[in-house]
Amino acid sequence: MTVPAAFPGPWSAAGMIAAVVLCSTAGEVLVAAAMKTIGDLDKIRAHSGMKGAIRAVITCPLFFAGVSFLALAFFALLFALNHLDLSLVGPASASLTLVTNAIAGKIFLKENVDRRRWTAAVLVCVGVYLLAH
Amino acid sequence: MAHHKLTVRQYAILGMVGLCAPLGDSCLSRGMTHLPAISLDHLGTLLAAVFTPWIVAGIALLIGFFTSYLTALSWADLTFVLPTTAFGNVIMALMARFWLHEPISIQRWTGIVLITIGVGFVANGPSRTERPLMDAAAGPISAVEEEQMR
Repeated sequence: MTVPAAFPGPWSAAGMIAAVVLCSTAGEVLVAAAMKTIGDLDKIRAHSGMKGAIRAVITCPLFFAGVSFLALAFFALLFALNHLDLSLVGPASASLTLVTNAIAGKIFLKENVDRRRWTAAVLVCVGVYLLAH
Repeated sequence: MAHHKLTVRQYAILGMVGLCAPLGDSCLSRGMTHLPAISLDHLGTLLAAVFTPWIVAGIALLIGFFTSYLTALSWADLTFVLPTTAFGNVIMALMARFWLHEPISIQRWTGIVLITIGVGFVANGPSRTERPLMDAAAGPISAVEEEQMR
């Protein structure tokens, strides 16, 4: 028989969601930087086969740094889902991660986050919120 | 920024990115809500949760997501790929409406429309920021050449 988890206070809930958002942003930016360094995986696979593509990915140190943060984000998500509803954790973390990634992409990856991408990030953010409520 | 036209295969990979993530999250949620509350003092039980069936299914779907996500990131910007992950929520809501016949409120329809417009906005733009010097130095050709040297 399972014992339902007591719903945590707003600060604890915010802390759990913030942990998921920060870890996944760090992980995604590091993984994106790694994949930019490696190059187009489809072309590498066409040239060197699947083994060559896997080797190109797993020999990149940035990739492992990114995966470590994504693993932390995964366990932070499991912990949050154990205490909070998916309808709160899912959209809140997805929406906030979109915005933090747009900021991080511009600062760290030097991506051209133009008005079109900012508008899209805000629209998707609001859309995810509405969809979940 | 030059406009990189995506191929059908690349759109299919973006579709997998969008679908596998929400399906995987749903499996994880189902698995974790059926477990007793886990406190910070017993974090080891989180590892045991990894081997329950719903969590295994969720992890399998998230591996599918991660593989397609990595492939997409190798030819597109992070700020281009990420909004497409939200499109999976739209597909799941439409499946709930037309397959499971669940009612969808006006608020949710508004959310669906906003996400669709947002993803369409990004998809019509360039997929990658052009950096002539960096792309020449560390592009796919250099990775392939590195493979040849091994």
